[in-house]
Amino acid sequence: MSHQKIDTYRRQLLLGTVAGLAWSQIAPATVANAASGEDAKQPVRGGTLVGLSLLAGEPQVLTAAFNQSGVNAYISSKIFDGLVRFGVDSVPQPELAESWSISDDGKTLQFNLRQGVKWHDGTPFTSADVAFTYQEVWLKLHPRGRSIFAAVSALETPDAHTLVFKLNSPSGVIFSALNSGELQILPRHLYEGTDIVRNPWNLKPVGTGPFRFKEWERGSRIVLERNPDYWDTGKPYLDQFVLRIIPDTTARYAAFDTDAVQYGVLSPLAFNDVERARKNPKLAVEFQGYDWLSSRVALEFNLRRKTLADVRVRRAVAHAIDLDAMARIAARGLATPGTSPVLSSLKRFYDGDVPKYPFDPKLAEQLLDEAGFPRDGEGRRFAITVDWLPFGGQYQRYAEFIVQSLKAVGITAQIRGQDLPQFLKRVYTDYDFDITITHLAGYGDPQLGAERLYWSKSITQGIPWSNASRYSSQEMDGIIESAHVAATEAIRVEAYKKLQVLAMTDLPSFTLLENRHFTIHSRKLHGLNLGSAGCYDSLKDAWLEA
Amino acid sequence: MSSRPTEMPGVAGADEARSERASSVRYVALRLVQILPTLFLILLVAFVLLQMAPGDLVQVMVGESGGATPEYVARLRQTFGLDEPLYVQFLNYALNVVSGDLGFSFRNNMPVLQLIASRLPATLLLAVTALIVSVVLGLAGGAVAATSRGKWPDHLVSLVALFVYATPVFLCGVGLILLFAVALPWFPIGGFADLSGERGAWQAFVDVAAHLALPAFTLGTAYAAIYVRLTRAAMLEVQGQDFVRTARAKGVAPARIVWRHTLRNALLPLVTVIGMQTGSMLGGAILVETVFSWPGLGRLAFEALQQRDYNLLAGLILCSGALVVLINLLVDLVYTLLDPRVRIR
Repeated sequence: MSHQKIDTYRRQLLLGTVAGLAWSQIAPATVANAASGEDAKQPVRGGTLVGLSLLAGEPQVLTAAFNQSGVNAYISSKIFDGLVRFGVDSVPQPELAESWSISDDGKTLQFNLRQGVKWHDGTPFTSADVAFTYQEVWLKLHPRGRSIFAAVSALETPDAHTLVFKLNSPSGVIFSALNSGELQILPRHLYEGTDIVRNPWNLKPVGTGPFRFKEWERGSRIVLERNPDYWDTGKPYLDQFVLRIIPDTTARYAAFDTDAVQYGVLSPLAFNDVERARKNPKLAVEFQGYDWLSSRVALEFNLRRKTLADVRVRRAVAHAIDLDAMARIAARGLATPGTSPVLSSLKRFYDGDVPKYPFDPKLAEQLLDEAGFPRDGEGRRFAITVDWLPFGGQYQRYAEFIVQSLKAVGITAQIRGQDLPQFLKRVYTDYDFDITITHLAGYGDPQLGAERLYWSKSITQGIPWSNASRYSSQEMDGIIESAHVAATEAIRVEAYKKLQVLAMTDLPSFTLLENRHFTIHSRKLHGLNLGSAGCYDSLKDAWLEA
Repeated sequence: MSSRPTEMPGVAGADEARSERASSVRYVALRLVQILPTLFLILLVAFVLLQMAPGDLVQVMVGESGGATPEYVARLRQTFGLDEPLYVQFLNYALNVVSGDLGFSFRNNMPVLQLIASRLPATLLLAVTALIVSVVLGLAGGAVAATSRGKWPDHLVSLVALFVYATPVFLCGVGLILLFAVALPWFPIGGFADLSGERGAWQAFVDVAAHLALPAFTLGTAYAAIYVRLTRAAMLEVQGQDFVRTARAKGVAPARIVWRHTLRNALLPLVTVIGMQTGSMLGGAILVETVFSWPGLGRLAFEALQQRDYNLLAGLILCSGALVVLINLLVDLVYTLLDPRVRIR
């Protein structure tokens, strides 16, 4: 499969150079392991790789087809393949789709599925499985499915190994989401006519991936074993992948230290243990594999507050925060200062040429004075609350940093702590907040990760991660809606660059930090995929030194 | 409480023994019936309290998934029955419980009963082992301290007990991990067993025992510290009583006095406290379970609360409520074994 056969079905570069390259011309295969140069060594077959669960705990189900929590995607991406997998810079490589093509007008996407792929129970995998999953799972149950496929008018399956998406307008976002971390395909023969969310197969999944489900000991571990009939003959190298559930941070580091676990993704250790891991000769700290996720720490303003409704106040807040110091101190170097709601790692969309808010307390004070909030006799301008996202204690440290920064320019900020359900209700249902320090994921495409914060149609009460600041601007809506119907990918990319400029001008929210998520692994482990979505890799190329 | 055992001095004849047996059966039956309204109250309070917590399961699930459409959220709420009025939700739930169905944990995609059953053995194993550790250490320590009152063994035992008592349980657990699993790799870091699959019963036993040792010791010593002090105090009190003096005057061996007279009489208050603390041991196990990745009910409950998985939480509260009530009954029955003067009726 070194050089994929490109269907010449009207192959054409309607997508701008980079994207065009990415989609139809790259011969992938070699890209995945390019970054791990040490792996010139011959892979060894066999062995059990023990992976560490996320701090958030145990998966809910063993598929991410409809429940997209990080830990579900982490474990189920070993069991389910995607139509494509991502190499470096989100370049799609064939997985279940062997090749694909896009029509001249960009309104027809054809995928040619791999022949001879079998589900873990021996049933052949066909286009009917994809069509079923598309109709019943992605569109109805996937949290972002409707957004991803908004432009699709019909999905046709002319034969068992061909899929044809008919689009109302060209839609680049589909290609950003076809990996197994985001869009998994469920076996139609086990799900058709059932209550999908409660289907018992969600707990003993049947996929097409390199590992098949063996057992799940609740609260303890999940065991996957080699799929001997995997379509990529000879892979996976590992006999087993075991996910161990260890909730305590000290025990998590101890588990790495004693080789009880050898692999953990999505920042598996507390930040203060990372330095120890770096010095540990048995362990490696890897920062690649998170570009697609593009995880960021953001500050959101409630625009219905009298003080924060004034853009000068919001800009003053931005100028009051020393993002470099925040990245260095509060994030212990495990983040870089943010510049735009689209992260710099999403190179295709990122626009570095947006309004900037360098650390400048004097300017901040001046803006606050102009906005009509002078310091009172005790040096205070006004008081606000800061709610931090309870995803571990890290966000509390960020909130504390913000409070100190604001205090310096005369804004009294008070931190409020709460658990996750209460935070989500307060911010997204009750809108009872002033500013939040929160986390957002980019999902490889601004249409999925960024626009939801700025589109007035995303002011959807009760929906987490929607437009909580309730920012509404005709100009912004125009930009977003033009992106949805852009005639070419280049035009779509251009629209999202405009979105970044306007977002950084109006500043209903802004990116504080670009997270540098990290993977910890034993130095005995090789063959990790360091592509954009490597954290959700299937591990089919992974192997352990004997 | 009317059902408390009462002392009933008197001479027991054959007739009386028979009627006594009948009355104790009646007593146990009555206590079991009394459990039902208690459990109903527990259920109602649990439900009301849970509903008062802001946020619901759907928001948590969507929050973890990184976003959703309003249609998706509405669909989930409908699937979970969260769109019904509160009293309907409660009635539905209560009816299910009466028919033996604790509902479905949407979060874990599994019936609540099945979920609890899968975690109960680990919890019971940990709790029972820790109980044995705490009672053995507590009694031994207390007896040593009481018999050597004012001398160095007494001071040593009291000092250690105070130190353990003052150390938070998770700190003790982390310390034991760092010492006996990392620095000296004698025990595993955590978990229930290393690898399942085909192996002999003996290997399985050794495997689980190795994993159990540190958490059971951690949890056990935390309670042993309390029992040491209690035992010591109770024994000192008993030691001053007439029958002990009589035994001593009779020339009974000191060890026998401790074993038969003082310790046995000192057990009554201890049993009372142990009974009351079993409930808190089930709850206190959460920290130990977290530190040692022990797959018990405590962690399940904590996660269910964090995720607003009401069905699961209510099921857990119901189960632990039932457990505590049953243990209290057991304690009352143990009184009659320890002290023949105590009768139940």
